[in-house]
Amino acid sequence: MAAVLTSDVLIIGGGIVGAALGVGMAGRGASIRLLDGADTDLRAARANFGLIWVQSKGHSMPAYGRWTRRSADLWPDFAADLRARTGINIKLRQTGGLSFCLGEAALRNRRDAISRLHNQIEPWSATINVLNRNELQRLLPGITLGPDVSGASFCAEDGEADPLMLLRALHVSMRAMGVDICTGAEASRISHSNGIFRVEAGRAAYEARRLILAAGHGSLALGKMVGLTVPVHAERGQILVTERLDPFLPFAGDTIRQTADGTVMIGATHEDVGFDLGTTGAATASLARHATDIFPDLASAKLVRAWAGLRVMTPDGCPLYAESESHPGAALITCHSGVTLAAIHAADLAPALLDGPLGRNYAAFGPQRFGGGKDVSQAA
Amino acid sequence: MFRKLPDGSGPRLTVFVEGQPVAVSEGDSAATAALLAGLSATRASALGGQPRAPYCMMGVCFECLMVIDGLASQQACLVPVREGMRIARQPSRPAIAKP
Repeated sequence: MAAVLTSDVLIIGGGIVGAALGVGMAGRGASIRLLDGADTDLRAARANFGLIWVQSKGHSMPAYGRWTRRSADLWPDFAADLRARTGINIKLRQTGGLSFCLGEAALRNRRDAISRLHNQIEPWSATINVLNRNELQRLLPGITLGPDVSGASFCAEDGEADPLMLLRALHVSMRAMGVDICTGAEASRISHSNGIFRVEAGRAAYEARRLILAAGHGSLALGKMVGLTVPVHAERGQILVTERLDPFLPFAGDTIRQTADGTVMIGATHEDVGFDLGTTGAATASLARHATDIFPDLASAKLVRAWAGLRVMTPDGCPLYAESESHPGAALITCHSGVTLAAIHAADLAPALLDGPLGRNYAAFGPQRFGGGKDVSQAA
Repeated sequence: MFRKLPDGSGPRLTVFVEGQPVAVSEGDSAATAALLAGLSATRASALGGQPRAPYCMMGVCFECLMVIDGLASQQACLVPVREGMRIARQPSRPAIAKP
């Protein structure tokens, strides 16, 4: 019989979502253990574009817009705190973000969408300005814009960070604060009796009263073991990155951004191909064309790498925070905006999860919105 | 697949390394021209700006990236010289806007 390790809280999943929750829970008096699977698992956290993105959030769910905005506001302190604890600079830059429009129709549609968003979310303090081509050119002096660039929407709260350094900083920070991180611990079975969850992973077993599933695509199978059937699917995103170039782009962009090291990231596709992590020539060509449609001078830059990741998507694209009704104490946390929400996951969601089942404040993010009056496990 | 090493017997050409004329032989590489011109550093590294120079001379190490005829990030050791070719040091991080 292998040893059974006990803690107050067991988090399954060491990606950005699980690790941000671990950081937020650590240092509050509870013992926290985090189980992380294999390096070869589908890891959205390692394929991330790295945006802290506000302007497109909330169209279908105002609560998500407000939640996102608050996370963006928390980000400077969050990054400073991570740096103080770990010495790791995650290269946070929140100088605002641009979403480019190609063609006049796209700019018109963008104006309409932003007006609808502003009307929907009250009080909505994120200011999104739609810029025409001349206004955009004034924001980017000295940069040649492609002939079809009609403008862009700009949101001052948008920003970016290095997602790989973020993941590393979260893990270093967790260890420093006493979280027991078990790597290569692939959870295979969960049972529940007398209010205690028992998770088997490899030859070890772990027990806790509070169980948080933050395993991305892995949560699908794990959720079923605790009465949580979640409607998440994989959406492939391919990304290109160029060689390091002299800094020219002082703002983040939703499809093109320049990192602190000078590389230009170009993304991303939205493909329904199951769990296929491959890259394709067609997508590489269309992403490169998109980038040169916006900045023609990028044609001389060398691409050095292309990769793909699988977003963890709910049907409406918004986060899902679900408490199990059949297995009280188990919660499932998933979203595709792990970087953007990392700050608020650590600051607000983590302590709320520690305090007990998520209450009314989190109702908007619950599974009920996908149909059925109860738990999705019964609705599905 | 195999190529005879240049032995200097081919026709002589003139290229410009950092604007200075350098006499080379047909079959030489741009990196050879830069070394013949006495350039000790052919680029500055992308992050630290440290001096770098051709190293493997066979297309593997990417240390010899230079600006050749206005195009940045060329592997100078793989580019054969042409009459009048302009070969220049590569700055730490090339600019996207063409000069």
